[in-house]
Amino acid sequence: MSTGSRVSTTSPRLRRSALPYLLLLPALLLELLIHLLPMVMGILMSFRRLTQFFIRDWSRAPWTGWANYELVLDVDRPVGEALLRSFLTTCLFTLLSVGLCWLLGTAAAVFMQESFRGRGLLRALFLVPYALPVYAAVITWAFMFQRDNGLVNHVLHDQLGLGGPEHTFWLLGDNSFWALLTVSVWKGWPFAFLIVTAALQNIPGELYEAAALDGAGIWQQIRRITLPSVGAVNQVLVLVLFLWTFNDFNTPFVLFGKSAPAAADLISLHIYQSSFVTWNFGAGSAMSVLLLLFLLLVTAGYLLVTSRGRRSRHV
Amino acid sequence: MSDSRGGRRDRPSSPLAPPLTFRVIRAVFLTLLTGFVLLPVYVMVTSSLKPLQDVAGRFRWLPSGLTVRPYIDIWHTVPLARYFVNSLIVAGAATAASVVIAVFAAYAVSRHRFRGKRLFTVTVLSTQMFPGILFLLPLFLIFVNIGNATGIALYGSRGALILTYLTFSLPFSIWMLIGYFDAVPRDLDEAATVDGCGPLGALVRVVVPAAVPGIVAVAVYAFMTAWGEVLFASVMTNDTTRTLAVGLQGYSTQTEVYWNQIMAASLVVSIPVVAGFLLLQRYLVAGLTAGAVK
Repeated sequence: MSTGSRVSTTSPRLRRSALPYLLLLPALLLELLIHLLPMVMGILMSFRRLTQFFIRDWSRAPWTGWANYELVLDVDRPVGEALLRSFLTTCLFTLLSVGLCWLLGTAAAVFMQESFRGRGLLRALFLVPYALPVYAAVITWAFMFQRDNGLVNHVLHDQLGLGGPEHTFWLLGDNSFWALLTVSVWKGWPFAFLIVTAALQNIPGELYEAAALDGAGIWQQIRRITLPSVGAVNQVLVLVLFLWTFNDFNTPFVLFGKSAPAAADLISLHIYQSSFVTWNFGAGSAMSVLLLLFLLLVTAGYLLVTSRGRRSRHV
Repeated sequence: MSDSRGGRRDRPSSPLAPPLTFRVIRAVFLTLLTGFVLLPVYVMVTSSLKPLQDVAGRFRWLPSGLTVRPYIDIWHTVPLARYFVNSLIVAGAATAASVVIAVFAAYAVSRHRFRGKRLFTVTVLSTQMFPGILFLLPLFLIFVNIGNATGIALYGSRGALILTYLTFSLPFSIWMLIGYFDAVPRDLDEAATVDGCGPLGALVRVVVPAAVPGIVAVAVYAFMTAWGEVLFASVMTNDTTRTLAVGLQGYSTQTEVYWNQIMAASLVVSIPVVAGFLLLQRYLVAGLTAGAVK
């Protein structure tokens, strides 16, 4: 953090203390323009009745106080009920997706810790879902989930004979949840794999040698050395996966279009739909503010809990 | 990627090979996982070479006849070349802008002590966790309203889209570059300063050259993210500024969906970023994981 104090004698004090701010200036201005201003505006918008009639001049939209919040939080009426359902769907979806991504990524990383033929090639292959542009990958999944000409129904119904001869709708109705989950896990697990692999490479080899000398088999080594060693990394990994999955817009949008089936209506797409399909920007803004508060609360709580644990273990 | 720092990072091979059950379970698990990963890639590649009647009817594992027709038709069915150029301009400009601005900001954070430093880094980190939808609504209204007030058509322009892409590319560029600059030994630029370089000279002549792999990695990652962006592109573009993310939807008409062309186009737009990613993966992976592992 400290530059050499020897330097301070050669350059004027004032210039030195102004320099970091000059370096930061472009970033600061942009942060104000693209992050702070929109956030303040979003909060202001949530207190106005901002419909399509006021888009051309949003400052003329009537001030409505807490009306938008009352609307989106009233679970007895359609708007609030749909928001609550979307929120709960997103929570369940995130829980399952993050869990599966973590499980697959960790298992693959542990299995590939020991060297074997073709490991390098497999590692590169496993990164493909991560590298592909979202819309190209998800549109391929949308094709696979087509009812009549998709691979999934062809395998399940025509080739394996599961679920009868009638083809299943995967992108409509309740099954859409499972279609979305499949795509999300496919896309998300390589990140967990990357992070856990990196963590495993920091484990000193002597630990394993000592364990082997003491007669511990490979399963015991994995349970006693490998898995405990990735604990600290898991905390960051799970938080990042949670935020990505919870906020994901691209996957449902490419898979379903502007309006997702109720069973797979993730919160970001729900807000998008409320704003740009039904043109109620005021309500959409209120939902955004609530989402922001929720994310801040979860993240702060999570960091508080995990950093306490981390400090006590001196990691 | 493990090769980047030599054999140290690999687990030393134990004197005994792992037991058979372990190897069997490993083989089964990794085979299934590989199948899961590659299934869409297989569908993308084979379907892109199928005649239309093959993708319109029941799915077939093997094409009835191979054709490169879809690869020719994709350029006419929709103006794919124009979308391609739009995506290149938008992703390229957003990448260049965020990397250049981030280099200065990250240098300030990495090498200087100043009031508000912690506030700045916390702000940058936290904007990374906010969903894009949060910035989309206000930015949309800002552009529309500025357009109405001044007559400048911001909404729908490439410039406006580039600005919205900075909402995600700038924070992670700053964040990753701080990590890379921290890894450059301080003695290097201190020595340069003593030798008569100004602080900016030290940045340009010493720190940036030493962190080139990191800067390239950040740029590639920023470009990939912008290349794959859907949310802003679907709201902020019009017919002439449309990017690939939105343009690919053009292969579906009221009556027919040209799945073979969609798959061909998907493959074509994926090749630049997948190639870039695989070429630079060891730098990218090092940068992505450094923050999480430390």
